[in-house]
Amino acid sequence: MDRRKFTRFHIEVSVQPSLASVIFFSLLAIILAFACGGIIFLFYHISPWVGYQTFFQGALGSWYAFSETLKRTIPLLLVGEGLALAFRAQVLNIGAEGQILLGAVAATWVALFSGLPPFLLLPVMFLLGFLSGAGWALIPAFLKTRFAVNEVLSTLMLNYVASNLVLYLIGGPWKGKGVRGFTYTDTFPEAAWLKTMGITRVPYFTLLVGIVIAVGGYFFLKKSALGFELRVVGSSPETAKLLGINEEKIVFLAMLLSGGLSGFAGVGEVAGIHHLLRHPDHISLGYGYTAIIVAWLARANPLATILTSFLFGALLSGGDALRVSLGIPFQVVSVFNGLILFFLISTEHLSRYRIIWGDTKVVENYDS
Amino acid sequence: MLEEKNRWEEKPVEVAFNSITKRFPPDILANNQVSFEVKKGTVHALLGENGAGKTTLMNILYGLLLPDEGEIIIRGKPTKISSPREAINLGIGMVHQHFKLIPTHTVSENIVLGLTSTPFFFPAEKAEFEIKSLSEKYGLKIDPRARVWQLSAGEKQKVEILKALYRRANILILDEPTSVLTPQEAEELFATLRAMKEEGKTCIFITHKLNEVKEIADVVTVMRKGKVVSTTLSSQVSLEELARMTVGKEVISVVPRKITSDKTILQLQEVSAMGDRDFPALLNISLTVRKGEIVGVAGIAGNGQKELAEVIVGLRPVTKGHIFLEDREITNLLPRDIASSGVAYIPEDRHLGLVGEMSVAENLLLRGYSQPPFSQGFWVDWEKAEAYSEKLISNYQISPPLSDIPVRILSGGNRQRVVIARELERKPKLVIASNPTAGLDVSGVEAIHKLLIKAQEEGAGILLISGDLDELLKLSNRIVIMFRGEIVGEKEKEHWTEEDRREIGLRMGGVKR
Repeated sequence: MDRRKFTRFHIEVSVQPSLASVIFFSLLAIILAFACGGIIFLFYHISPWVGYQTFFQGALGSWYAFSETLKRTIPLLLVGEGLALAFRAQVLNIGAEGQILLGAVAATWVALFSGLPPFLLLPVMFLLGFLSGAGWALIPAFLKTRFAVNEVLSTLMLNYVASNLVLYLIGGPWKGKGVRGFTYTDTFPEAAWLKTMGITRVPYFTLLVGIVIAVGGYFFLKKSALGFELRVVGSSPETAKLLGINEEKIVFLAMLLSGGLSGFAGVGEVAGIHHLLRHPDHISLGYGYTAIIVAWLARANPLATILTSFLFGALLSGGDALRVSLGIPFQVVSVFNGLILFFLISTEHLSRYRIIWGDTKVVENYDS
Repeated sequence: MLEEKNRWEEKPVEVAFNSITKRFPPDILANNQVSFEVKKGTVHALLGENGAGKTTLMNILYGLLLPDEGEIIIRGKPTKISSPREAINLGIGMVHQHFKLIPTHTVSENIVLGLTSTPFFFPAEKAEFEIKSLSEKYGLKIDPRARVWQLSAGEKQKVEILKALYRRANILILDEPTSVLTPQEAEELFATLRAMKEEGKTCIFITHKLNEVKEIADVVTVMRKGKVVSTTLSSQVSLEELARMTVGKEVISVVPRKITSDKTILQLQEVSAMGDRDFPALLNISLTVRKGEIVGVAGIAGNGQKELAEVIVGLRPVTKGHIFLEDREITNLLPRDIASSGVAYIPEDRHLGLVGEMSVAENLLLRGYSQPPFSQGFWVDWEKAEAYSEKLISNYQISPPLSDIPVRILSGGNRQRVVIARELERKPKLVIASNPTAGLDVSGVEAIHKLLIKAQEEGAGILLISGDLDELLKLSNRIVIMFRGEIVGEKEKEHWTEEDRREIGLRMGGVKR
């Protein structure tokens, strides 16, 4: 029972935040994050005004900027919608970063070493990439269901394993023949390159898949029997047990989908943009972590990840512009990400409150 | 006798409750003009059923709640206690039913935690000497360096008592202290209480077990429905009188229906099961429920009723014995298989039966979402589900009549209607109802009772587990009484009388005849 009493105004605590207030507070969080971010520009002796101008120019100011934003949106969308499904089941997969890399590794093997006929390369790369990402995520799923190992820790730790696996491959057995002192693989044959839109670097296949899955994921959760079970497990594991819903099955499904989509995104990165396997930091670029914020900001709604992944895509490409034009380190963009997440979490609670000026009244919340 | 009474009256008053009233909106009156005195150097039992207002009153004394009306007088001084810290400063300590200890810390760390006199470095070591002497003095044997997670419930309780004593408590409140104890541990606790009494300390002992009152308390105050029924010397009151005072004597309104069939629906044969604390919770329970019969399970909370419901619906493994539904054995089947063979379950904890975040329609569909007519396989036909939930909302008068609002914003009574609608709409053969009306207001209780009687008329066998004896007497064709995991009595009646109520009340309190 919640009771608040004030003289000049009162605060209403609603049990169900309205869509309008969720959007309002999400925007407020972003604005507050930018306000704080402005201080960082001052440290570099750049006026925040100029800083943000450059930033927005770089994110959305031209067709080129827009395409760069889209390029970064795609992996965030694919990974984010998978994580949204997992988070709905209360499966906290923090290991998308590693799952992306596993997808990239599988794709590289297919492209360079499988010896498959050219027309089969891309389909098999995506299939095997999905399965590798999923397989990587099934390790923590197994540990969780069998030994009750906390999946936050196990997925996070596996990121380091995946990263070192890539480092080993590009520096050792898969090191390119013509690359001398550098560590990356040979370039993929062109049959293993993903087609991009016009002269941009936006592969439309992965973009399309991302959008289709966002819509499909939305209907899966809302309309299917399995999606229903997934939501019951996520909101009330005890009730799920009482109803006889197989919780292990749901944990595996959530890990399979989120890991698989991350692996799929990893294939998209190497086949669409890099055309080779290189240092892990340059492939995943922290997408696996940023996608956690994407899913969170979308309130774990797959459809809403279209919007939120685009927002973070813009943030990342704007950050690129800052680095190139103003010489600000790219890490500053991570500070923005952190600030946005920080303000989102802190304003989340506020979206339930409404201030009503005027008469004094006690409002009760029946959710006891 | 008279001498004893005089001796009691001569003792100084430690705590006096003066017309304490506490309301919980919208319409619960937890304490209604409660007045009585607690004398120094006595063990004072506070006896009453669940919901009689005992714990509320003690939370007021400990500063966790403020009374709406009335005052507390401590050692002659009217005192406003607005936080536990103030209560501690006044020498009041409380041992809650659920311990408030930090599992990863040691015993002595827990004891000194939060005290201003505790040094910043090595807080526990300095206190160890005093803790040891306290524990010897009061017979609270415990290793001060043990980590709390390693301790049994009884040992944790000792730590809580030590914590209060270390804070120089003169008044110790114990909230149902024996409910987590084995009989031997209870004996040790009573020895500690006697030692404290010798020291001139005062204990207020919340309980609903009659024999404990006679064993340890000097004085007993009986509460019922928020009011004080009486305050007497425990030596001057019989168990029968205590039982009558606790349960009251309301008029029993509904006469249970006659049973028309001899067909057995549920049969338990010598079923045993373990409780959550690796302690046998059910011992050789044999029980039958016939078609169209309501069998009431009476007993004080924590005597195996929860576990009984859980073994039948498949949530707790049976370690010995067999359970049959009609002719089919359902022992240790999966909860889903038991449910689909015709067992409905209305759990005591409403969080268990519902998913708060989900809509009323979704909650009504929790049993049927994967089967025809709502699903032919992968997709759920939400239009059908919507129509179905509209129908149930109107049939079971769920209010507000909206199917798309999250179920957690409904009132307790309406949430319970959602559970009952979902469970009874499947036309079950057997209904397991565990305290189905706990916490509901009068009209809510009436509505739930009508629904249960309707299910009985339609031929379901009903096992009604309830801590409210009035409810059982109102609805049951037969009543079994549980005590410490065993069935200690069984009665079948067409009309329940005052005599029956008293006898059942006594047996619930563990008194054998």
